[in-house]
Amino acid sequence: MIKMKKIEKIYGTGTAKVEALRGIDLDIKKNEFFGLIGPSGSGKSTLMNIIGCLDVPTSGEYYFEEKDIKSFNHNQLAEIRNEKIGFVFQNFNLLPYATTFENVEIPMIFKGARAKERKARTMELLDAVGLAGRAHHKPSELSGGEMQRVAIARALANNPSLILADEPTGNLDTKSGDEILAIFENLWKQGHTLVVITHNPNISKRAQKVVKLKDGSIENNNR
Amino acid sequence: MKSFMFLSQFVRDMRAQKLRTFLTIFGIIWGTISIVLLLGFGVGLGRQLKKNLHGLGEGLVILWPGKTSIPYQGMGRGRQLHFREDDAFLLEREIQQIKYICPEYARWGVELKQQKNTYAAQVRGVYPVYRLMRNAIPSREGRFLNPVDIDKKRRVIFLGNKVKEELFKDDSAEGKYITLNGIPFQVVGVLKEKHQNSSYGGRDEYTTYIPATTFSTIFGHKYISNMIVQGHDPRQNKALQERILQVLGKKYRFHPEDREALWVWDLMESEKVFMAMGIGFNIFFSLVGAFTLIVGGIGVSNIMNVVVEERTREIGLKMALGAKKGFVLSQFLFETLMITLIGGAIGLAISYGIIAVFPAGEIEQYIGRPTLSLGVALVAVALLGLIGFISGFGPAKRAANLNPVEAIRS
Ligand SMILES: Nc1ncnc2c1ncn2[C@@H]1O[C@H](COP(=O)(O)OP(=O)(O)OP(=O)(O)O)[C@@H](O)[C@H]1O
Ligand SMILES: [Mg+2]
Repeated sequence: MIKMKKIEKIYGTGTAKVEALRGIDLDIKKNEFFGLIGPSGSGKSTLMNIIGCLDVPTSGEYYFEEKDIKSFNHNQLAEIRNEKIGFVFQNFNLLPYATTFENVEIPMIFKGARAKERKARTMELLDAVGLAGRAHHKPSELSGGEMQRVAIARALANNPSLILADEPTGNLDTKSGDEILAIFENLWKQGHTLVVITHNPNISKRAQKVVKLKDGSIENNNR
Repeated sequence: MKSFMFLSQFVRDMRAQKLRTFLTIFGIIWGTISIVLLLGFGVGLGRQLKKNLHGLGEGLVILWPGKTSIPYQGMGRGRQLHFREDDAFLLEREIQQIKYICPEYARWGVELKQQKNTYAAQVRGVYPVYRLMRNAIPSREGRFLNPVDIDKKRRVIFLGNKVKEELFKDDSAEGKYITLNGIPFQVVGVLKEKHQNSSYGGRDEYTTYIPATTFSTIFGHKYISNMIVQGHDPRQNKALQERILQVLGKKYRFHPEDREALWVWDLMESEKVFMAMGIGFNIFFSLVGAFTLIVGGIGVSNIMNVVVEERTREIGLKMALGAKKGFVLSQFLFETLMITLIGGAIGLAISYGIIAVFPAGEIEQYIGRPTLSLGVALVAVALLGLIGFISGFGPAKRAANLNPVEAIRS
C-alpha cells in the first residue's frame, strides 16, 4: 500500500537547515497495524505528513497504492487525503465552533456527498464511537477522550483505506487511551491500514510492526 | 451545502469581528451612497441643463444686426446696420437649409393694465411660427398667435405666465381684455410654465407677444430687433451662418466675413458646452465615488486578512481533510463579496430613499431631479463587485496557498 525509497526531507536552507528525514525506506502492507516510535525531534511527524500527502519529500520516491505521488497535482493530493486517508491528531483538531455532527460531516462535504447520505453516515459513525447522543454538542462540552473519538469518526467519514494517527493518546488519560486503542484494533480487524505514532507502550505492543526513528533515520526494523 | 457552510462561516467571522465588520460595511455603504447619489445628481443635472436649453429652442441661431468692422466696397467701418422684416423673408427664399425663420420686433416698458393691476412688460411682435421655434406652448384653453391674427392685424396678445400672474393673479386670462399703452387687446393664451436657463431680451415668462403686423402698426417700428432661424439640421448651423452672412452681406454691402456686422448666437454651440459640462460633472462625481469605494475596499481587504490570520489553523485542517485550494479561495472571496454586497445593498437602499424624498420645487429648476437610473445602479453594482473581488482576492489567495502542515501547527 505504501512504498518509500530514500525519502529525505530538509527544512530551511543555509545555517537554518534541518535534515528531518535522511533516507527512509519503508514498506507498509495493506491491513497492517504499523507503529512508529522514536524520541522527540526524530522526524516522526514529518514522515507522517509525507505519508499523508500533506507534505512532499525533498527527494526520494513515494508510491501510494502503487502510484507515484509526484504525478499528482494539488487537487489530486487533496482528493487522496479526502477519500483514502483519515487523520487523527494528538490535539484532536476539531473545529471549535462546529458541533460533533458538523465536525464529522466535513470530509463528506469536501467529497460532495449529499446531505441525506452525510447525515446517515455521520450518525452511523457517531454510533460506532459511542457518541450518537452527543451529536449536537460543541467540542468544548466534550472530554478529551470524547473529542478524540469524534476525530476518529471524522477520519473514517469517507471510509479511507489508510488511517494515520499522530500520538492519538498523547493528551489522554490511560482509560481514555485504552478506549481509543480498542477502537483502533477494531478498525484494523475491519480491514483498515493503520499507521500510529505513539509513545504509548500499550499501543506499540499491539502493533504488528514497529519502526523506530532516530535523527531522521530508521534505527531498527525488528518485529 | 457548501454555500450554506460558507454562509454560516461568514456569520461567525463577522460576529467575531463586530467593530471591524461594522466599520467596513459602513465604508462600503458610504461609498455606494456617494457614487449613486453623485451619479444620480449628475444624470439629473445633465438632463436639466439640456431641458433648460431647449426651453429657449432647439438648435436655434439668433441674429442681431451689428456694426461693420471691415471696410467694404468703398464704405468705412463702424456703420450700424438695421434689419427689416423683409430680410427674414429674403433669407427664407435664398437659403435652402432654413426650416423656420421668424423676425422679432421688441419694445420694452410697455404699460399693461388689467383693471387695477398694471405691469410694465416687454412686448414682442412675432409670427405664428415662433411658437414652434421657441417652444411657446400655451397652457390649457389658450392658443398662440395664428395666421389670421397676422392677416387681420388683430389686437390679440399672448402672455408670459408671470405677466399673467401680475395682471390676473389666480384668475384665468384667456378671452379677457387688457390694455397696452391704453389700447385694448384680447388675451388669446398664456405661456405654459417652462424651464429656461438662458435667454435674450428677458425670460419668456415675463414677455408678451402680439402679431408682428399689429406691432408695426401700433408702435410704428421700421426695424426688427432680431431674427431667429432654425435649420433643417442643427449640426449644419456653421454652414447656415455662413450663407446668412453672404446673403445679408450682399444686401447690406458688408464683408461676408465681417463677424461684427452680424451678431450670431448659435444655441448648438451652447448645447455642446453644456453637454461637455455635464460629462465633466459626471466624470468628476464618478471619480469621487469610486475613490470612496476603493477606500472601503481597502477596509474589506484588511478585515479579510485578519480573518485569514485568525483562521490559519482551521484552513490548514480543512485542507488536510481534503479541501481543495479552489474551495478555500471561494470561501474567502464569498465572504468579501458578502460584505460588499450587504454594504452595497444598504447603500443603494439609502440612496434610493434620499432620492425619493428629495425636495422638488425651486432648486429642481437648476439642478434637475436626481435620478437613480438603471445605468447608475448597474455601474454601482459592477463597481462594488469589482471592489469586493479585488479586495478579497489577495487574502483569499493567501489562505489557499497556506501550507497545511504549518497552518495546523500554528
Ligand atoms: N516546518 C519546519 N521547519 C523547520 N524545521 C522543522 C519543521 N518541522 C519540523 N522541523 C524539524 O524537523 C525535525 C523533526 O521534526 P518532527 O516534528 O518530525 O519530529 P517528531 O519526531 O514528530 O517530534 P515530536 O515527538 O516532538 O512530535 C525537528 O528537528 C524539527 O525541529
Ligand atoms: Mg511529532
